[in-house]
Amino acid sequence: MLKVENLNVFYGGIHALKGITFEVPQAKITTLIGANGAGKSTTLRAICSLVKTKTGKIIFKEKDITSFSTDQVVKMGVAMIPEGRKIFPNLTVQENLDLGAFTRQDKEGIAKDLNWVYELFPRLKERLWQKGGTLSGGEQQMLAVARGLMSRPKLLMLDEPSLGLAPLLVQEIIEIIQKISQEGITILLVEQNAFAALKISDYAYVLETGRLVLKGSGEELLKEEKVKKAYLGE
Amino acid sequence: MMKRQNAKVFTILALIVLSILVYLAQNKLDPYQIRILNLGAIYVTLGVSLNLIYGFTGQFSLGHAGFMAIGAYVTALLVLPPYYKEMIFILEPLAWPFTVIHAPFLIALLCSGLMAALAAFLIGLPVLRLKGDYLGIATLGFAEIIRVIANNLPHITNGALGIKGIPEFTNLWWTVGVAVVTIYIIKGLVHSSYGRALMAIRENEIAAEVIGINLTYHKVMSFTISAFFAGVAGGLFACLLTTIDPKAFMFIMTYNILIVLVLGGLGSITGTVIAAFLYNFLLEYLRPIEAGFQIGPIVFPAIPGLRMVTFSVVLLVLIIYKQSGLMGGFEFSWQAFFQFVNKLFTKKKPTEGSTS
Repeated sequence: MLKVENLNVFYGGIHALKGITFEVPQAKITTLIGANGAGKSTTLRAICSLVKTKTGKIIFKEKDITSFSTDQVVKMGVAMIPEGRKIFPNLTVQENLDLGAFTRQDKEGIAKDLNWVYELFPRLKERLWQKGGTLSGGEQQMLAVARGLMSRPKLLMLDEPSLGLAPLLVQEIIEIIQKISQEGITILLVEQNAFAALKISDYAYVLETGRLVLKGSGEELLKEEKVKKAYLGE
Repeated sequence: MMKRQNAKVFTILALIVLSILVYLAQNKLDPYQIRILNLGAIYVTLGVSLNLIYGFTGQFSLGHAGFMAIGAYVTALLVLPPYYKEMIFILEPLAWPFTVIHAPFLIALLCSGLMAALAAFLIGLPVLRLKGDYLGIATLGFAEIIRVIANNLPHITNGALGIKGIPEFTNLWWTVGVAVVTIYIIKGLVHSSYGRALMAIRENEIAAEVIGINLTYHKVMSFTISAFFAGVAGGLFACLLTTIDPKAFMFIMTYNILIVLVLGGLGSITGTVIAAFLYNFLLEYLRPIEAGFQIGPIVFPAIPGLRMVTFSVVLLVLIIYKQSGLMGGFEFSWQAFFQFVNKLFTKKKPTEGSTS
């Protein structure tokens, strides 16, 4: 589904991604884990063209999207849920969701997806006329995910969805990600909460200072000594 | 729920009432009062257009005086008859195309808008990459550049002498008409999916980008449309004052529009309309305080510019106590209007019952 080949990204003079290569297979959950500053978010940002790629290739559905602009990438069917609940605080929940379908024209499909999103997040349905900024932290994160789903993506990228949430809510978000995956949507997840993420992942990669150092299935990495020590605190 | 068609009928009725009012005002009021109303209506156009880029798109632009200047000069050069232009350009003869072209007022206004829009498009592409205060400074710089250019291009603008004797085409029909058209177009724009995208950009640029909104395109379009109406307003302004020179388009002009916008409430067209007239009325009716006055035993000497101080104080108070402006994000709609009227009546009825 998504192939990243030898990706290099610079922030000014800082070499943030040093030639990483990985694949995200269709309808599976793939996770990137790593410490702060390892380049996890940068990878996602490079895929949806929020940061410029210096060299390397990003191939989505057999198409080279490296030089696409962000809105073109979104139109291809890639949705990104940026870190830190970037919702529209002064617009209502309903308007937030409508904007999620900005690139779409099919009214029937949008209505159908709206219902699906309500099913996934019943609490949002109760708060449709409330302004986004008045929601609780957890609800805002739910809204951000729901808004991402409204574009009916083929690939959903989530950047630290559990950041700053209570443990119970982390569990809820993780379960929802699984549910989304069961709908056939490919997922690329970036998480600091390595344990929770690896448990649901089909594939996982470990990033360290801009390089991929380990890969395997979620279960394999959970058992890996190095991962246990560095990211699971065992 | 109000039906859409009913709302349309009421809007048409309101426009008819407005035309009658304009007719009466144009014929019954004295020139001084008409002048104030004209300025009020021009400020509506300016305020609503600045609202599009600042209030709705969230891009802090201080370039409106520059766009107005472009519009004012274009209109002045187009509506003046060629023989007259030859007469007033004494510093240097007028450059070629302007020596021969002569256009009716409407065409001149449209050209003004288009020229301002073109300028906005050209500077918008690089400048709109900036955010917040930086964008404000860059657009302010642009407005100053326009003013300095106007000062130093004597064969087009007649330099610091300015252009005098512009025919006084502007009347209430024009100013109110342009204001109504501006409100109609910008309101339509804001309520379209395009407007939603603009508001998304205002709320959070990264989030707007990842849901597939092309930031550059939307920002530049919003900026260009905003400048178009500022240019038209500049044209009206030129034909109202009949004299323009570069000094008329100093930063204070933009500041005035900004006061109207903040006073009315960012992102509220209704608020801008109310604030535009309120501002111009107050500006005139506060004149006596500049002449010096007396409260009890305390005598205030005549201080020129005290009106502006008053406004600054009003603005300070507003920003401390009601940041969202007079109307907040509220927008006039017939539905809300009739709900309000209904409420008045249902409240009145029991009191009538008790008295009888």
